[in-house]
Amino acid sequence: MRRWIEALFALLLGRLFRRRTAGAQTAGGSGDGSGDGSGDGRIVPAGSPERRAENWVLALLALAVLFAAGFVVSYAEFSPERLPNELLGICIGGALLSITAALTVVARRLVVTEEIEEEYPQEHPKQQSEVAQLVHESGSRFTRKRLLLGAAGATAGALGVAALTPAVSFGPLWDTGPLDESPWRRGRRLVSVDDVPFKASDIYEETFYTAFPEGADKEFIASPLVVVRLDPSAIHLPAGRADWAPDGIVAYSKICTHAGCAIALYRKPTFPVVEPKPMLVCPCHYSTFDPATGATVVYGPAGRPLPQLPLMIDDLGYLRAAGNYSARVGPSWWNVRSDPTFVNKPT
Amino acid sequence: MRRLLTTLIACASLGLALAAAASAEPLYGIVRPTTEPAQPSVKLGAELYAGNCATCHGIAGSGIVHPRPGAGDLYGQGPSLRGVGALAADFYLRMGFMPLTNPHYEPERDRVLFSDKEIRSLVAYVASLGAGPGIPHTGVHWVGDRGIAGPGTIANGLYQFTLHCAGCHQIVGRGGFVTGARVPPLQGLTPTEIAEAVRIGPYLMPRFSTTQISNYQLDSIIKYVLSTRDPVNHGGWGIGNLGPIPEGMVVWWVGIPLLIALCLVLGKRLRSS
Amino acid sequence: MSDPILEPVRFIDERTASAPLLKKALRYAFPDHWSFLLGEVALYCFILLILTGIYLTFFFDPSTAHTVYHGPYTELDGRTMSAAYKSVLDISFTYKAGLLIRQTHHWAADMFLAAIVIHLLRVFFTGAFRKPRELTWIVGLTLLFVSLLEGYLGYSLVDDLLSGMGLAIGYGVGLSIPIIGGPLMLLLFGAPFPGTPSFWPRMYIAHVLLIPLLLATLIGIHLALVAARHHTQFKESPRHTEKRLIGVPMFPGQAPRSLALMFGTWGVLFLMGGLFQINPIWQWGPFEPYLATNGAQPDWYLGWLIGALRLMPSFDVTVSHFTLIPNPFWGGALFPLVVIGILMAYPWLERKLTGDYRFHNLADRPRDAPNRTAFGVAFVFWVFAIFGFGAADRILVLWNIGYNTQLYIFRVGIWAFPAILFVLVRKLCRELQAAERIERAQHEAESEAEQEHAVLAGGAPPAPG
Repeated sequence: MRRWIEALFALLLGRLFRRRTAGAQTAGGSGDGSGDGSGDGRIVPAGSPERRAENWVLALLALAVLFAAGFVVSYAEFSPERLPNELLGICIGGALLSITAALTVVARRLVVTEEIEEEYPQEHPKQQSEVAQLVHESGSRFTRKRLLLGAAGATAGALGVAALTPAVSFGPLWDTGPLDESPWRRGRRLVSVDDVPFKASDIYEETFYTAFPEGADKEFIASPLVVVRLDPSAIHLPAGRADWAPDGIVAYSKICTHAGCAIALYRKPTFPVVEPKPMLVCPCHYSTFDPATGATVVYGPAGRPLPQLPLMIDDLGYLRAAGNYSARVGPSWWNVRSDPTFVNKPT
Repeated sequence: MRRLLTTLIACASLGLALAAAASAEPLYGIVRPTTEPAQPSVKLGAELYAGNCATCHGIAGSGIVHPRPGAGDLYGQGPSLRGVGALAADFYLRMGFMPLTNPHYEPERDRVLFSDKEIRSLVAYVASLGAGPGIPHTGVHWVGDRGIAGPGTIANGLYQFTLHCAGCHQIVGRGGFVTGARVPPLQGLTPTEIAEAVRIGPYLMPRFSTTQISNYQLDSIIKYVLSTRDPVNHGGWGIGNLGPIPEGMVVWWVGIPLLIALCLVLGKRLRSS
Repeated sequence: MSDPILEPVRFIDERTASAPLLKKALRYAFPDHWSFLLGEVALYCFILLILTGIYLTFFFDPSTAHTVYHGPYTELDGRTMSAAYKSVLDISFTYKAGLLIRQTHHWAADMFLAAIVIHLLRVFFTGAFRKPRELTWIVGLTLLFVSLLEGYLGYSLVDDLLSGMGLAIGYGVGLSIPIIGGPLMLLLFGAPFPGTPSFWPRMYIAHVLLIPLLLATLIGIHLALVAARHHTQFKESPRHTEKRLIGVPMFPGQAPRSLALMFGTWGVLFLMGGLFQINPIWQWGPFEPYLATNGAQPDWYLGWLIGALRLMPSFDVTVSHFTLIPNPFWGGALFPLVVIGILMAYPWLERKLTGDYRFHNLADRPRDAPNRTAFGVAFVFWVFAIFGFGAADRILVLWNIGYNTQLYIFRVGIWAFPAILFVLVRKLCRELQAAERIERAQHEAESEAEQEHAVLAGGAPPAPG
């Protein structure tokens, strides 16, 4: 395979460059510059002139100038909406690649090909032991080296602690309280992304809705809900949630408990006899949650169900939260499964 | 050694081909009367229905819940068509989703095997099976090659599409995966087909009524979906508008080979001793 | 007549005493093989990233403050978005050549990481990481993973739908670090995702100042270490030995080549920036935590992580009501740590397993180290297969191969295929070596026969070879 690529390039470039002549000039001399190869005082051997190659270099540099000018002209000529990105890219790219070609000609035809020899740097056992020795000898006036070193270490530690202390201003180091914040509380109305309150009668089966707490920050992680209506007889919620799904409407946090993407997929069967049950799915790693059983995980890597928000329908028919979530919202962390004590987020 | 490698590669390719073939649908034939009237009619629709649809959808569209042996080797199973209206019949037939050879397969866009007259007849027949929604009319239409005209705005369409559709269909409508099904790309659909799909919620897709997506919002969505056929790619070649996957391919199949080639030109090749 | 070269050199040397160093540097010997230029490609990508990045800093606004868009891109008219996203829209549509420079910057980032990877592969498969070059190897690996983070931060700064989802996942993986994940992410983000308004300037200062400084320093150390110990070389002739380096001098031989490579790299990158669209953020739209799209992917160099996250079966490791190891930890944190760890430890692992503690200045051809080459191929394939599964949804859309089917195939395949490859590649290396030995023996026998024949025929023996 490699030979094919090499052959292709040899073909394409053979027109421009002749193969490197065998018998590259060799110069002797080590890296520090003593000596010469050809015996005439030169460090770099002489090479024959190549006017043709020079002409190529001039031509290619002229081409580069043209491309660069093309860039400037295009930039000036077009307005932003009409300026084609491709044209600019070809101009700059063309200029740079012309320079590349010119330099390639220089490298292959205009610069003498030398092969020099150099000694690999060796080890220096003598200096190594001298360094060790002089450090050891420097301590000749110390009588309690270990104690002094210990004191130095303690000082460094204390200074380090002092230097790190301002970092406390970042906030309390171990307080994961903010992760327990939720804007939902009993009685808060559900609104759409356009701030229109949801009535229970707005929620149809076979589709899904995105809801937020009325008046809250929609971007806060515990704000968005995904709401679906199911056939009440199909719903089997965990214990203690008997009245969480009024009229078959269930609401779950829209933030996936795996890694935090929004649950933006809903799958519903047209013909339940052969087609799979309704499911909420996350598009990132395809964690799949069953809305009829409390958003339990039936496929994909998520480790825990979506937190459920209990709902109630008020006298005017609007959907309201009947409390806070069943569990903490979002991707899991150390304390996520402790009994949730939700902290009300002010807005 | 080389033979072993070739055998392995051949096996892998064969395996892939078989897997792909296994998900494909077998060919199917249409049963039609020997002479058909010139105009579409409910009667023609009934005859076509009896020959091609009743196996799964039952007599007079009543639906079949328990699989019953039917024509050919088929075990018929299908939902009731009573009350689905012209909307569903037109959509599934015009896009080739139906007839479906196996009720357990995911319906996919396919060659339309009925003529336009036959489709109209079938649609009229299904509509007669019970009052149901009609074919939606949208004012959105193509103008010339690339122009999109009509009510609604692409901007509103992108916003609605992101909220309701992008999770399954991908933000530029290139399709994707939902657990248990392949979500189809949306290029090449007519405005009516898009409207029908949104209002029906075919197969596993949610069904969006006018309460959730108004007709104006639907027009906007249609405009947006049409615009995904030829997105204006300001940055150059759009490479599929899929994002980092084709971008990574450009890196490894265009950029890196070019630079390696440059290194090959500038450096020396190892002559094996 | 004054010498236009000698004058400035004298000026510098009078003030810095650096003429000996300059002479030494100019006549530094570069081994000539093309594969030694790959590291330079990475370097030139980095330089271009700095140059294009500086341009972008003049126009980018690292702020999450909300603004409503009414700019030239009408498809986003009326949308609420962050100032950061809007500033990138402006770079793309309002400022001439802004889109070119932005795309070149992004292509340069993707190519920078790809160049590092192929450079790493060259170093690995030729054994150039062995004593005395282990430190160079460690610094290089650090460069790889810091650059990975740098790229991630760079494209996350734009706050578009795709990268915002990626940032949420980064937050989720960070939270999944046992015990300390929660406080750590709160420290970083300032608040639960999407974080406080000060998180964006934090990302920005890391991306444009702190990490570039770190990268530049590490690159400097990396190059200094390479120069101090000199490059490895292939044994192309009996004259190439562990003690003698044969190559092309930096000046005049190597300099035009390196310059050509620099301009060539930049030329290719600008061509890519002009011809291939990358990250069309106007098509994705602005990010909101409650929005998502199917088929969202990170940039290619993080694809191995999305594959790993998708491959994991569903479980959190819990201890009573404490969640010790949430699920994303395995694919998002432990997997990359294992890869980094194995790569970093490899020089010492190989030393221990082969018992070879000597200096090595001669590079191996891959076939000359069958175990290393086989392990390398197997290891790379393991990572690559996991990376491949990250695209399973697109494979489904394209070729209709079931996602679940792929899941089972990959869960077995990512272990089975590397094992098979290890055995096969090792066998291949040994066979290639054996074939060479036979060829060489044949060649020697032939030339011996020629010599004898010439002697018998009464002439002088022909020149050897």
